[in-house]
Amino acid sequence: MSGMLRIGVDVGGTNTDAALLRGNEVLATIKTGTTADVTGGVSNAIRSVLAAAGVAGSEIGGVMIGTTHFLNAVVEGRHLEKTGVLRLCGAATRALPPMIDWPEELKALVDGGVALVGGGVHFDGAEIAPLDGKAIRAACENWRRMGVDTVAICSVFALVDARMELAAAEIVANEIPGVAISLSHRIGRTGLLQRESATILNASLHRIGKETVAAFRAAFASLGMTCPLYLTQNDGTLMSADYAERFPVFTIASGPTNSMRGAAFLTGLTDAAVIDIGGTTTDIGMLVGGFPRSRSEGAVIAGVPTNFRVPDVFSFGLGGGSLVRSTGTLGIGPDSVGFRLPQKALCFGGDTLTATDIAVAAGLADLGDRSRLKHLGAGLVRAALAKMKTDVENVLDQMKPGPEAIPAVLVGGGSVLIDGLLDGTSQSLKPPHFGSANAIGAAIAQVSGEVDSVVSLEGTTREAALAGIVAEARHRAVEAGAAEATVTLAEVEETPLSYLPGNAIRIAAKVVGDLAA
Amino acid sequence: MKVWTLTEADIDRIALGAGILGTGGGGNPYLGMLMTKAQLKQGRMIEVIRPCDLAPDAHVLALGNIGAPTVSVEKMEEGDEGVRCLRAIEKQTGRKVDAVIADEIGGSNGLAPMITAAKLGLPVVDADGMGRAFPEVQMTTFFIHGQATHPAALADALGNIMLVTNATTPEMLEKLMRAGTVAMGCTAHMTTAPMDGQFIRDYGVPHTVSQCWELGDTVLAARAAKTDPVEALMARSGGTLLMRGKVTDIGRRIAAGFVRGSLTVTGLEAFSGRSLIIDIQNEYLVAREGDRVHAMVPDLICIVDSETGRPITTEEQRYGLRVSVIAIPSPALLRSDLALKSVGPRAFGYDFDFIPLGAPTEAQPVAAYQDTSLAETRPLTPIHSGALS
Repeated sequence: MSGMLRIGVDVGGTNTDAALLRGNEVLATIKTGTTADVTGGVSNAIRSVLAAAGVAGSEIGGVMIGTTHFLNAVVEGRHLEKTGVLRLCGAATRALPPMIDWPEELKALVDGGVALVGGGVHFDGAEIAPLDGKAIRAACENWRRMGVDTVAICSVFALVDARMELAAAEIVANEIPGVAISLSHRIGRTGLLQRESATILNASLHRIGKETVAAFRAAFASLGMTCPLYLTQNDGTLMSADYAERFPVFTIASGPTNSMRGAAFLTGLTDAAVIDIGGTTTDIGMLVGGFPRSRSEGAVIAGVPTNFRVPDVFSFGLGGGSLVRSTGTLGIGPDSVGFRLPQKALCFGGDTLTATDIAVAAGLADLGDRSRLKHLGAGLVRAALAKMKTDVENVLDQMKPGPEAIPAVLVGGGSVLIDGLLDGTSQSLKPPHFGSANAIGAAIAQVSGEVDSVVSLEGTTREAALAGIVAEARHRAVEAGAAEATVTLAEVEETPLSYLPGNAIRIAAKVVGDLAA
Repeated sequence: MKVWTLTEADIDRIALGAGILGTGGGGNPYLGMLMTKAQLKQGRMIEVIRPCDLAPDAHVLALGNIGAPTVSVEKMEEGDEGVRCLRAIEKQTGRKVDAVIADEIGGSNGLAPMITAAKLGLPVVDADGMGRAFPEVQMTTFFIHGQATHPAALADALGNIMLVTNATTPEMLEKLMRAGTVAMGCTAHMTTAPMDGQFIRDYGVPHTVSQCWELGDTVLAARAAKTDPVEALMARSGGTLLMRGKVTDIGRRIAAGFVRGSLTVTGLEAFSGRSLIIDIQNEYLVAREGDRVHAMVPDLICIVDSETGRPITTEEQRYGLRVSVIAIPSPALLRSDLALKSVGPRAFGYDFDFIPLGAPTEAQPVAAYQDTSLAETRPLTPIHSGALS
């Protein structure tokens, strides 16, 4: 991989960024507008970055795309498929049927019929009820009649024993030819309702996942590229396009991770605060061991509680387009001119005083026509700069793990707003290519595998249980596209569980490896 | 007689307040909240009554969940577990149950009786046996004041019922219940022996459903108004803000099935330069600054997210969380010499006596109670009619 040419693309709400790297060397970065069809903007970005670097499409070894496309599909309720939901639970869990905590409109779009049937295991692996093949076939007949061709299967304690989900999948596949099946043990963590919801979302995104990946492939072919395609997922690592087709939901919370990984790459820092300032918002997160620190509670996606691990990021309304109100108390943001910055900002001949104008007036950025800002008093400029810095520092302090000064990395186009050493930091770095850290983060991303399970240590040892879980995580990393020899253990989390006999513990393991060439 | 008929909005508030009264333990009320709201969506009613409106000879049953929180989020309830417990007791005693009550208002158990109440048309008493959360069954004001140890029942989602027709001590009952729960896959619904209305009036911690509602409403109102939920809680709970800061150290281990450990919260803002150590035994038990103990069990030590007022359980604690530590005085029933033997610091292995944090909390019924002629117009137990089988 050392000398391989890679293109990273980050599709944001406003801009699509692209970066072309040879190994660890950044050859070119560009910024283009995001298009409604996503693939058009991605094609434009790739074409531009190839031209900027003077490289032919055929020389590219891999393209890595970070996109909020699937999240937008869920948020906007577009392109979602009616999904059949099969819960293997016996009599248990029936007080809380599937999708009970979903927003009504989204549920109406996705609910393709629910079946609660015999199956599932207890925490120690003992069967709750035998798998009810007859009931599964009856449900399938119903779905077949209604034209449902994507099914989510969720078994109680599937993370302790996944065999019932696999057996049910086999029955469903036989009953509904060509059906797409999402299995909960591959999608989420312990906590049935949230794992089931994540699995249902994944199933409902199946068609758009397939179509999007196909559109990307077609676009690449038209650019003369034959290289593999990867998508970045929630934790900032990659999955192959084949894998992304099966697990579109893993990209759904991938937004801020690419910038953070890019910041780590550009500075060589593994433990630092990352401050990503865009046009409208600032995201502050923490790098721990080179990866974003994740949040303890799961992500809520379009009103649906899930238990995905997502980066612990604090977002607030400060960016290059933030409105500056200078009458009365000085106010900056959270409202922003957003993508209309080139028309609205004073320095571009517009009528709105923005944070970017302050940076230009202070000489921190060379944009537009500085002479248009002569009327801004030095006092206002100083006060506005100080306020933006204090706002960032206050959030930064809340995110830091302790009082010790830590390095901070400023990335994103809006990071020109901040000058000098931030309070509570040992150094405040603005690395080269800071404006394209998101695309660079996508380009350099690695591949991971993750397993989170409850195990009883009765009759086994902690070491044996851990080894089994790590082996499964490695298997998943390789399946997602990692080179087996490079896979290393990145994270192990053990949580002892209260009120359980037999020394039950929860083990979560994550491994990371380089892309297979 | 007054009745408080719950709405879905009330249940949101009660669940949030129950989380705060969970003092770090008791489990997350989220799933119970969903189950309870589902009852209202199906057209059923939940009516809450004050303990003073219980007939002295009314038959009251305490219902709750027992087991491992991690299991209860994966293998959730079937919904009729509480009904099966109640029927088993009725069959054993030959007497109908008139009302249900929570053993433990704090955490997920605060809402547990409501599902059964909705299904059977029974009222829920605005009181409980702890006024907070504690780790063991015998730590209720009911057992402290001599509630019978039997009959007691346990039911699971699959239809298994365990009836304890005799237990020699409350501790033995706890052991039997735990063993039964393990056999049922580590989560079950339980009920202890029926109590009469006079007993609940004397020894139930009064108006704790109302207290939950008040706490929950305070936090939700502050969020809606974008004001500080912690300050709002201080103003309405009668509590003391012990620390506002961030979690800087956390040590947890499991001993004999219970979470033990400690947590350090380092002060920020007005508390800068100070730090508080909180001992954990499933719940937050003792809060110390240096040699000084600021608050101790049975007074309530509640930890909430400083930004949102969301209660944070011992299992959710992690480095860097922004939290506020609030101490709320325990109710008088937990502070008697008799009660302190079961729930005072010495009962949890400390070698000091209880020093109360101000006057005891006296929770008041919410304003939503309405006069009703319910008692005259219909029997309290409309579903039960005729002889028991």
